[in-house]
Amino acid sequence: MTALSIRNLTKTYKNGNQALKGIDLSVEAGDFYALLGPNGAGKTTAIGIISSLVNKSGGEVEVFGHSIDTDLEAAKACIGIVPQEVNLNLWESVGNIVTNQAGYYGLGSKLAKQRAEKYLRTLRLWDRRGDIARSLSGGMKRRLMIARALVHEPRLLILDEPTAGVDIEIRRSMWEFLQAINESGTTIILTTHYLEEAESLCRHIAIIDEGTIIEDARMSAILRKLQREVFVLSLTQELAAAPALDGFDARLRGDGELEVEKGPDRDLNDLFAQLNAQDIHVSSMRNKANRLEELFMRLVDRKDNGAAA
Amino acid sequence: MNIRLNLIAAKTIIRKEIVRVLRIWVQTIVPPAITMTLYFIIFGNLIGRRIGSMEGFDYMQYIAPGLIMMSVITNSYGNVVSSFFGAKFGRHVEEMLVSPMSYATIIIGHVAGGVLRGLLVGLLVTIIALFFTRLDVAHPLVTISIVLMSSIVFSLAGFINAVFARKFDDISIVPTFVLTPLTYLGGVFYSISMLPEFWQNVSKANPILYMVNAFRYGILGTSDISIGHAYAILVVFVVILFSACMFLMQRGIGIRE
Repeated sequence: MTALSIRNLTKTYKNGNQALKGIDLSVEAGDFYALLGPNGAGKTTAIGIISSLVNKSGGEVEVFGHSIDTDLEAAKACIGIVPQEVNLNLWESVGNIVTNQAGYYGLGSKLAKQRAEKYLRTLRLWDRRGDIARSLSGGMKRRLMIARALVHEPRLLILDEPTAGVDIEIRRSMWEFLQAINESGTTIILTTHYLEEAESLCRHIAIIDEGTIIEDARMSAILRKLQREVFVLSLTQELAAAPALDGFDARLRGDGELEVEKGPDRDLNDLFAQLNAQDIHVSSMRNKANRLEELFMRLVDRKDNGAAA
Repeated sequence: MNIRLNLIAAKTIIRKEIVRVLRIWVQTIVPPAITMTLYFIIFGNLIGRRIGSMEGFDYMQYIAPGLIMMSVITNSYGNVVSSFFGAKFGRHVEEMLVSPMSYATIIIGHVAGGVLRGLLVGLLVTIIALFFTRLDVAHPLVTISIVLMSSIVFSLAGFINAVFARKFDDISIVPTFVLTPLTYLGGVFYSISMLPEFWQNVSKANPILYMVNAFRYGILGTSDISIGHAYAILVVFVVILFSACMFLMQRGIGIRE
């Protein structure tokens, strides 16, 4: 079943800015979907239209088969939204924010309180339920927005930069939480600037730039497109010069580490065999750039160059 | 439309509004009580004694219904405009806009909040008035229906003001430059029969005159205008203003990009 279907969606703001130039997207139910793009690409506009906070200029949007033009209330009932910017009533208590949201979705008082407790406990905010939102840290406010979005248990959860400004520990715990929510059957659409986040969590990815979709495929298919990868090796001894490695480009970095670039036709076993043969020992290794980040930059750059040409 | 969902949602908004009014009672309840006490002392007690009677009632008795209505109008309007604009400004209006409740429910919930605050303050001012004068309610049904409808009208007007407001200054312009002058010129402190005929006719274009006089009729049994006209005007205003609110919400004016 299709959780979200977008056809030829356009948006032109009053100032003439054409934020969306006819995008098409299809998100399958149960998917974990990443919508990536540079600032101003149109991600937040697209999410705003899906959640009916922004009026579209043209095109069609359906959420679990409910058109936002003809069956808006049913479409809205399927969606939970975590916006990019904090939009909490800062003078309201944490508990009331979540139970009020449940009320807006028609949940009775008893069920609203049960759900609020469930999600506030899960997101480690239960102890702060009596405090006003203003007193929470940035990370806590983000978690509160997630609890608020989940209280009616939506079939489609949309998160717009949910981990922006959140420390690493909380980010990791949020990833685990989102994975668990997705495994329980909730379709998730995520926008993020942390491409590592998208690569770790998402099974499908779309890249949007200047209002058009420039890539839309399974994550595995996208990563296969990468032609070259660069690894940084920490060595147990210092080298005077980069070793000659057949089929690999190797160079010494200023900090004494060895940077090795490999093509798709070579494997790492071959690299280590050659290093062993030259008595060069590796203590650790890391990927120089996030693979998705590299692809993202390549796609966006190619589009820019194409436009310039 | 899912009626059960919308009833629960409306109840949620009303409860949230009541909590807000009571949480900031120093801003919402105390100032009108102090202001009206001063009106009763200065206009009713000190100046009123020299004025003597008006329409057969002592001046304090005559102005009391007008002052009660004035506090209901300003507080109903003020509650909705500040609450809904505050939600827009803080962006938590999005909590309601993304939910499946209807736009009518959002409007009715906020209007109900405005009416409840207006009636609460009106009741408080009535209690204060009873310390200064005697008030016998001549027509209870007229009194209740007029105060309720007037409160609904000004809550709807406050909602429209909030929709158009872009900054905090915008929510004080209408109360300062429109609402207060119309209220003062709406027969709160005098009978329009005291005015020259021309100004009597001008006064009759002021809708607040009808609300104040109809309310005064409900309490004292005297009025400068026809009660039937007052009801007709109130019904027309409720219909027009509610339709305007619905139009604004459906088009997303002031609340959606």
